[in-house]
Amino acid sequence: MVELGIGIRQLHDALQRRELTATDLAEDSIARIREWDKDVQAFLKVTEDDARQRAKVLSGQAPQGLLEGIPFALKDNMTTRGVETTCGSKILSGYIPPYSAAVTEKLEAQGGNLVGKLNMDEFAMGSSTENSGYFPTRNPWDLTVVPGGSSGGSAAAVAAGMVAFALGSDTGGSIRQPASYCGVVGLKPTYGRVSRYGLVSYASSLDQIGPITNTVEDAAIVLQAIAGHDQRDSTSVRLEVPDFVSALSGDIRGLKIGLPKEYLDLGMDESMRAVFDTAVNQLRALGASIHEVTLPHTAYALSAYYLIAPAEASSNLARYDGVRYGFRAKDADNLLDMYNKTRSQGFGTEVKRRILIGTYALSSGYYDAYYKRAQQVRTLIRRDFEEAFEEVDLIISPTAPTTAFKLGEKTSDPLTMYLSDIYTIPVNLAGLPAISVPCGFISGLPAGLQMIGKMFDEATVLRAAHAYEKATDWTSRRPQIAKGGRA
Amino acid sequence: MDFETVIGLEIHVELATKTKIFCNCKNEFGAPPNTHVCPVCMGSPGVLPVLNEEALRLGIRAALALHCEVRQSSKFDRKNYFYPDNPKAYQISQYDEPIGEHGYVEIVVGEENRRIGITRVHLEEDAGKLNHSAYGDSSYVDFNRAGVPLIEIVSEPDIRSAEEARLFLEELKAIMQYCLISDCKMEEGSLRCDANISLRPFGQEKFGTKTEIKNMNSFRNVQRGLEYERSRQEKILRGGDAVEQQTLRWDETTAATILMRSKEDAHDYRYFPDPDLPRILLTGAYIEDRLKEIPELPTDKRNRFEKEYGIPGYDAGVLTASRALSEYFDETAKHVKDPKVASNIIMGDVLGYLKTAEKEIDELPMTPAHLVELVGLMENGTISSKIAKNVLKDMMESGKAPKVIIEEQGLVQISDEGQLKAIAERVIAANPKSVEDYRSGKEKAIGALVGQVMKETKGKANPQMVNQIIIDLINQA
Ligand SMILES: [Zn+2]
Repeated sequence: MVELGIGIRQLHDALQRRELTATDLAEDSIARIREWDKDVQAFLKVTEDDARQRAKVLSGQAPQGLLEGIPFALKDNMTTRGVETTCGSKILSGYIPPYSAAVTEKLEAQGGNLVGKLNMDEFAMGSSTENSGYFPTRNPWDLTVVPGGSSGGSAAAVAAGMVAFALGSDTGGSIRQPASYCGVVGLKPTYGRVSRYGLVSYASSLDQIGPITNTVEDAAIVLQAIAGHDQRDSTSVRLEVPDFVSALSGDIRGLKIGLPKEYLDLGMDESMRAVFDTAVNQLRALGASIHEVTLPHTAYALSAYYLIAPAEASSNLARYDGVRYGFRAKDADNLLDMYNKTRSQGFGTEVKRRILIGTYALSSGYYDAYYKRAQQVRTLIRRDFEEAFEEVDLIISPTAPTTAFKLGEKTSDPLTMYLSDIYTIPVNLAGLPAISVPCGFISGLPAGLQMIGKMFDEATVLRAAHAYEKATDWTSRRPQIAKGGRA
Repeated sequence: MDFETVIGLEIHVELATKTKIFCNCKNEFGAPPNTHVCPVCMGSPGVLPVLNEEALRLGIRAALALHCEVRQSSKFDRKNYFYPDNPKAYQISQYDEPIGEHGYVEIVVGEENRRIGITRVHLEEDAGKLNHSAYGDSSYVDFNRAGVPLIEIVSEPDIRSAEEARLFLEELKAIMQYCLISDCKMEEGSLRCDANISLRPFGQEKFGTKTEIKNMNSFRNVQRGLEYERSRQEKILRGGDAVEQQTLRWDETTAATILMRSKEDAHDYRYFPDPDLPRILLTGAYIEDRLKEIPELPTDKRNRFEKEYGIPGYDAGVLTASRALSEYFDETAKHVKDPKVASNIIMGDVLGYLKTAEKEIDELPMTPAHLVELVGLMENGTISSKIAKNVLKDMMESGKAPKVIIEEQGLVQISDEGQLKAIAERVIAANPKSVEDYRSGKEKAIGALVGQVMKETKGKANPQMVNQIIIDLINQA
């Protein structure tokens, strides 16, 4: 079998040398899914017929672009024309979108071969993929622990070598935290860098699509493929997209890296602290200088996030009313009853919880105290970062306070679950780019290092992550599953 | 105690854009259900709105035409509510930062000039339309109208009678049409009006409790609905009771207002800024350009017609009711000797003809240039005014030039003195009684003789000449 995790460029070179064909890659991907996904449960849908068909067409020619013939999968909140898109929710079961997301179009236009749609927390609300309306996904490193979330299916599929790369979406850490839990690379680009057209909205002002990959170079390649202005998304920016791959110089001498002192007090456990300190030293050894910075409003980020995101979600998810598409409850007596039954039966607990919180936060008489106040906090958090970035080029932290936890461990306690995103949430509130790159293991489970960059400076983030990756060998470690053995 | 009526209107006007406000679907009335729809206006998962610049332009033009201040920075908000015709379950609208504010419209009520304040003008999207099954067992949604651009215009409570409300609406409609903002057809729903009405004792400053009336779907119904509601409220107040704050629906068939909901059922729309749309930031130059798009407005035009053409205020009012009509008159009047003649013809014959033919002025085949020609032919005596009427009718139907019609039908006025004299002599000889009457001082008797000549010439004789010739012949005899 082919190692799909060896890197996109390596696969591309093999295709070019005709050592492999697109069909070989597609068959390998399908075979791994067949063999391992019973256990991992990363996929909601495998589009193997389409993938084989496409591979056949692509096998007849030498690949042009880097992504040509490369098997990938999408988190199930990105629309795929003609292929069911559920967002991990029962309310969208059977929903076949009439159009493809901008990222789907871009990847397919560049020859990427879609093999399926990936599991997620329902409507991207969650940190463990246990909130999927269908089934939980398991971590390929240990099937008894969660893969993180909400892009848990994406991270697990890449970690298990079922696809060469995947896309996830990140609203409060949903790319970076699962990447960290699964020992892969996850990049959340700057808000506005990648078109959201066709990304089913959770919290519109925070959502951003990004790659989940085996290596930092792969993240640069995939970001290159999906970035850029799209006139169908008014929040996507008209900025030229730099060459991310050529930014990977391997050299970070003189780079000024900030350590936010507030982050170190945020419930990080000791073993994580040790892993993180080692990473800091390695960066220093690579020629970067380390500085303490302050992000004084960090303590309010979680509260602000859990008002803004649910508020936007309460409005974004109102369209799932059973009128036009998706699930509609049977036996309704009247219109109101149809709405009530459809939404009560179609949405899961966490989604309902956030809709209720958001509805409350926007209600007349509470708007100023909650939503408006939260937006003000957001401005303060953005300013914190702006000020810190006057002194440093990059800010680092662990991606999450712990490694992956056991399935079922936190499902009954949403507040503890929310805490797994404390390092990632402020970044979304500020709209900044950030990556999670593997930085070690704690009791056999991967840990992730988060690197946060200035607005639209993904190039520096990628360069630093790449240099770190080269100096360590964490990204080359694969779970047993990916190597073909039992985990 | 006498009560003063206080009315404020909320008007929705559909903008005459080519496409919808946030997607590329056609903005067109009357298409088969759900043929002008796409994932965006159907509220499919994952779609995003993109503002149609044409809608923004027309919205600003409307705000300026209503003398509003235009905000250089405004935003879109979401108005959240569930209803099957509302595909996203929120309507994109403007809440606390409308595009225009603090404007006014001037109207003439009787002899009095009144200025009605405009509180705000904001942009929003229209909803779809529910069609209920004839069997009463199901409803169908047509999303063709979903996403059609609208402006909502809110007036100050400056209106003091149902008639004033109608006059205000007519003026507003004329302004929108003049500026090519909307066709304002109430019967097609491109202009819709809700009203707030309350009563208070004359001299009292504090407003009474108001009710809101919806579903008044014609100018006439606006007036009727408000008159009905006024007397309903008056009866309540005179009976010593209090008016309840309610939303009512005007029912045309029973000619009464019906309760829709009371105050307790009021919605909480949970407005918040739409995160999918960036702020609308306008430069001064952009707003300035919109100001240049505004043509001469009805009030200014009315005043100019009175002054420049010397026509009565009433005529000027009628002739400026629509931009097309005013331009038709303007084009005619500026090329004739006596604009009042043009005004009479257009207000009488032309409007009468259009009404019977159920046509609009821009569908009239007769050009202003031909009408100018016709008036010239009357003025120089080529045709009589009686014949002119028939020629005019033909012109309005066929679009032919008056000269062509006159030639085809041999309608040129007989002004040949010899020819007329011969006929007059015959008539005088045949009517000795009339000649006698005239001679004995009955001046009117001359009319009978002229009439005979006209009859013999099938109306083509020049009546002034005939008159003179007969007088001369009798006096000579
Ligand atoms: Zn559309």
